[in-house]
Amino acid sequence: MPTTLEIKDLHVSIESKQILKGVNLKVAQGEIHAVMGPNGSGKSTLANTLMGHPKYKVDSGDILVNGESIVGLPPDQRAKKGLFLAFQYPLEISGVPLAQFLRSAYRSVKGEGQQKTETKGVGGEMISALAFKKKLEEKLKEVDLDPSFTKRYLNEGFSGGEKKRAEILQMAILQPAIAIMDETDSGLDIDAIRKVAEVVSHMAGPEMGVLIITHYQRILDYIKPQFVHIMVDGRIFQSGGPELARVLEEKGYEWTEHQAAPTAN
Amino acid sequence: MATKQTLDIDYTKYNFRDADTSYEYKFDKGLTREVVEHISRIKKEPDWMLQFRLRSYEHFLKRPLPTWGGNLNTLKFDDMLYYASSTEKKSRSWDDVPAYIKETFDKLGIPEAEKKFLGGVGAQYESEVVYHSLREDLAKKGIIFTDTDTALREYPELFKKHFGTVVPPEDNKFAALNSAVWSGGSFIYVPEGVTVDVPLQAYFRINIQNMGQFERTLIIADKNSRLHYIEGCTAPIYSTDSLHSAVVEIIAKPGAHVRYTTIQNWSNDVYNLVTKRAYAYANATVEWVDGNLGSKLTMKYPSIYLLGQGAKGEILSVAFAGKGQHQDAGGKVVHLAPYTTSRITSKSVSKDGGRTTYRGLLHVAKGAKGVKSSVRCDALLLDEYSRTDTYPYNEINEDDATTSHEATVGKIGEDQLFYLMSRGLSEQDALSMIVMGFMEPFTKELPMEYAIELNRLIQLEMAGSVG
Repeated sequence: MPTTLEIKDLHVSIESKQILKGVNLKVAQGEIHAVMGPNGSGKSTLANTLMGHPKYKVDSGDILVNGESIVGLPPDQRAKKGLFLAFQYPLEISGVPLAQFLRSAYRSVKGEGQQKTETKGVGGEMISALAFKKKLEEKLKEVDLDPSFTKRYLNEGFSGGEKKRAEILQMAILQPAIAIMDETDSGLDIDAIRKVAEVVSHMAGPEMGVLIITHYQRILDYIKPQFVHIMVDGRIFQSGGPELARVLEEKGYEWTEHQAAPTAN
Repeated sequence: MATKQTLDIDYTKYNFRDADTSYEYKFDKGLTREVVEHISRIKKEPDWMLQFRLRSYEHFLKRPLPTWGGNLNTLKFDDMLYYASSTEKKSRSWDDVPAYIKETFDKLGIPEAEKKFLGGVGAQYESEVVYHSLREDLAKKGIIFTDTDTALREYPELFKKHFGTVVPPEDNKFAALNSAVWSGGSFIYVPEGVTVDVPLQAYFRINIQNMGQFERTLIIADKNSRLHYIEGCTAPIYSTDSLHSAVVEIIAKPGAHVRYTTIQNWSNDVYNLVTKRAYAYANATVEWVDGNLGSKLTMKYPSIYLLGQGAKGEILSVAFAGKGQHQDAGGKVVHLAPYTTSRITSKSVSKDGGRTTYRGLLHVAKGAKGVKSSVRCDALLLDEYSRTDTYPYNEINEDDATTSHEATVGKIGEDQLFYLMSRGLSEQDALSMIVMGFMEPFTKELPMEYAIELNRLIQLEMAGSVG
């Protein structure tokens, strides 16, 4: 049974300001969706709300994973249910080596039930440390990050491109059921976009569904979506197939302002 | 303490030889001249040491309490025991050890034998075997590693030449107190050109007698020698003594390199007031790696006096203050010679209303040209109840000194927490990870076993399951 992520009539506000005004969307493992929209349309709010950022308040509506509401769940529980968010602005965590962080994240996501910190060892080693190391080396190569990155502190001193590639590295290690990419392409040059997109499109498939949030069409040349949704002013304005991205590219976002909003999906 | 009349003792019960019980004296609480005299007599010390103790005692009486630092008002000098024989210590009961201490032992995986010892119960930590073979290896190189009481007896000239030269009793009230009633501690001498390959640990030669309230450590590193000494451990040490006032003196002769690592985790009702000072001669290096996790109040400012050209000093200090704790720590560097360098790095974490204070002194004397010094203190507040303060003092008397001072105070950002939690880490694990990352510059200087234990202890602290 493929994992499904369903967003139902979602209304979200931050500090009393309404950002999402009734979003409806359904993504399943095996599908590739793109959400495109102008700045201020609520794209990042959607991404962060899906993952459970505490500063966004769900006023009404629901978010369901496999039919169960996750609105009350903290971010770590959502990760354990198979969601992953590649951040638009990845945070720097000083003093924590990348490899150590990845290992902890891997154990947390793959571990059964509650994270046990009181016991001497961490329960449920999913794969051996050696196997993990090999896997890490492999994935580092795929995202074109030098092996020395494993010892570097998480995102500290990484260039913009390196940070984005490190996000995709994390995605590759944690193997989520549904990956949400929040403007991964922003700040990247065309070669970097292609590299990153190649890794993701290899992962995308029956094992991983993808929700790409982007302003530009470029990345969609490499990660080809089956479904494209245009987001305007906190709502999905229109949904269609991949050709919708072309329309947007030709006509620009202004086009959405001139159209009467079609009925929401 | 029952007074023991020689005729009443059934000697068959005590099948051991103990220097202490050769002279029976009733040690009451409180400090008097007689107590000082008897400590010296029980140890069979030479007269100069007795005089040293008495002079120190007189100074202790005269000297007022410091008006700065932590709150010392609840210290009751008259209510304390200044010496306890090993028999007395052996009679303490495991049942008296607080539950939270026992739980931490379990969580840290401390072996049974160690638990009893750390709990202040039981005769001796069975490291005797390890210690003896180590001593043989060291002896072959001419390295002396013993306890201070023994050193006074067996190496009197070497001892007298250096003892009290770095920290005189008149330095402060608690140095005076220690100088009057000191007992136990380590004595290390490393001969010229010798490198001590393994870190020497206080733990090896500890027994109940030596791990006391008033330890006195003296380290002499001869020219071009190298030594790493480690004191303490991450496991909490339970003590019924309310005051621990140690003195550590280090003499690093020209070209010597001494690193002194401390991880202190006294139980939460202890006052830990320590004077640690090193003299670094020409081209010598002294490094204090100082971790303060426990105690109710710690006041400790490891210092380095740079006395010869090219000498280097480094102080790396970490303090963690939880509920009801005040860590008042930092360091002092005194540049008394030209072309000397120093660096002070302080990292402190406060949570649940705990309080950390950085207190540091940088002094560059007139004539100390070409000095380079940097100070960095970072504080992390984990909630709005906790507190941190910084009191840096700079006395720079030369124009060409290059000094820098950076200080940051922060709290854990919501976005950082969200980022880590979005990778599956629970809030607690995410907080622990951020705190451990914050302390990493300190942790990476520790031998691996200590680093692992320290990280585990931080995780326990963050889970709120300790104390």
